[in-house]
Amino acid sequence: MSEADKTGVVKNIRNEQNAVVLELRGDIDMSRSSELREQILDVLQQKPAALVINMTDVAFMDSSGLATLVEAMQLSQRHGSSLRLTGLATRVRSVFEISRLDTIFEIYESESEALS
Amino acid sequence: MSSDSKLKPIEVKIVADPNYVSVVRSAVRSAAALVGMAEEDIDSVNLALSEAITNVIRHGYGGSCDEPIILNINHLTDDPDGEALEFVLRDFGKQVAPETIKSRDLDEIRPGGLGVHIIKSIMDEVSYDCAEEKGMTLRMVKRVKRAP
Repeated sequence: MSEADKTGVVKNIRNEQNAVVLELRGDIDMSRSSELREQILDVLQQKPAALVINMTDVAFMDSSGLATLVEAMQLSQRHGSSLRLTGLATRVRSVFEISRLDTIFEIYESESEALS
Repeated sequence: MSSDSKLKPIEVKIVADPNYVSVVRSAVRSAAALVGMAEEDIDSVNLALSEAITNVIRHGYGGSCDEPIILNINHLTDDPDGEALEFVLRDFGKQVAPETIKSRDLDEIRPGGLGVHIIKSIMDEVSYDCAEEKGMTLRMVKRVKRAP
């Protein structure tokens, strides 16, 4: 287990069975979406069976963050990985709903469901 | 603040740097809470403002820079359509014809280009105008639904 930079968008990266769990934190907007993109690309290079993004500690996300996740989903499909999201607060989930992307992503209520 | 008093006008000025967008979100959250806006609507308005400022930085100024972005928040209490918060966002960047600013097709699954759609989905009124000398003015209005 490794703890990322305390001010970074990634709180923690863990290996769980065949999945990598990326725990995010704070606000995800234009100021941090490129950092998130780099972190996701690094994980996808490992070609995990699944990448679970836990957003329990994400208080706010705008379409900059959403664009990063759309790109991540498309890249994960090319790498043969499954991208799964969990821990979405109502205000974060609403960005997906307004953009009609809530049905495109695999969204789980809990991390254990996302890993099962 | 009591429910029958009027919020005094607020002006927030930042540089066009993505790191300062959260400062505007904090101000918008506080202003909306002062007029008693429902929490769900505060979250939505905050999202719309974040999208609007991001668009100014990305498209109006072509990236992060030290040019100004000014947000004015006005409490409309005499509006015939009901009490509302008015947000007027002013930049001094590139001008574009207002009629060309449109939402993109949501059936196309690709990163980016969702900001205008999100703003128009959330706000009750949205209008873009070219400012007199340079830059754009974006006026957004959100009716105040009070927290139960």
